[in-house]
Amino acid sequence: MTSLRLTSRYHFSASHRLATAALTAEENRRVYGKCNNPYGHGHDYVLEVSVEGPVGEDGQLVRREELDTLVADRVLALLDHKDLNTDVAGFAGRVTTTENLAAVIRAQLEQHWTLTPRLAGLRISETPRNTFSWEGSR
Amino acid sequence: MYLTRKAEFSASHICANPQWSEAQNRAVYGPNANPNGHGHNYVLEVTLEGEPDPATGMVFDLRELKEILNQEVIDPMDHRFLNREVPPFDSIVPTTENLAIEIWRRVDQRLRALPEAQQNGARLANVRLYETADLFVDYGGPASL
Repeated sequence: MTSLRLTSRYHFSASHRLATAALTAEENRRVYGKCNNPYGHGHDYVLEVSVEGPVGEDGQLVRREELDTLVADRVLALLDHKDLNTDVAGFAGRVTTTENLAAVIRAQLEQHWTLTPRLAGLRISETPRNTFSWEGSR
Repeated sequence: MYLTRKAEFSASHICANPQWSEAQNRAVYGPNANPNGHGHNYVLEVTLEGEPDPATGMVFDLRELKEILNQEVIDPMDHRFLNREVPPFDSIVPTTENLAIEIWRRVDQRLRALPEAQQNGARLANVRLYETADLFVDYGGPASL
């Protein structure tokens, strides 16, 4: 069976502040540094969504529009031009690190997945220098 | 160790099944079904896997790989209309998926035809084809996945 992986890249911008109630103000400062600044700050995030599966009769692994619509409705609508700490329910009680952001995005996609190929992986860049990735098991 | 060589080509195509109506093709391929075609600057990354030859320190001769990519991909596909000028895309829809599979077939065949000494045990490991900067496919060959 001919199987491939397709990756599509999306962009969103959001603000956040790293802080946890489990630590004192001073400890938060030490652990998160600048990311703990009191009024928050923002990033232009880059998200890569990878899907894997066989090529259909139409020569495609997935219809581009179906993948784009799923990501737009379930991920970008939730996160783009939002404050992650206050606007996004998935972060209640969780620090808005990019690690946790990856988990929120993965949960959103898995919960609403309607596509034939499987969700194979995610990569999220907070800045061009920091990238976090998750790889699903085969 | 993996070795990756990059190449670019620009080509036009139509993603549509001639057996289907225009509306059906629009539903399946979106704007890619435009009957007059459209184009992309494709970026190809071909990855070989092997061990450096103890004498040369190289996994594979990059000049040879460049030559293979030129002959099999760039020369026949660059500045061409894939559906009209590049078989098998006269009968297969030139989606990025099908293009990656065809490039694998062409490059793999050439690598396997080389004398053993030149192959140096290297094998084709991955074909990555970018249709745009934000969309690419990876193909690891018929035996993968």
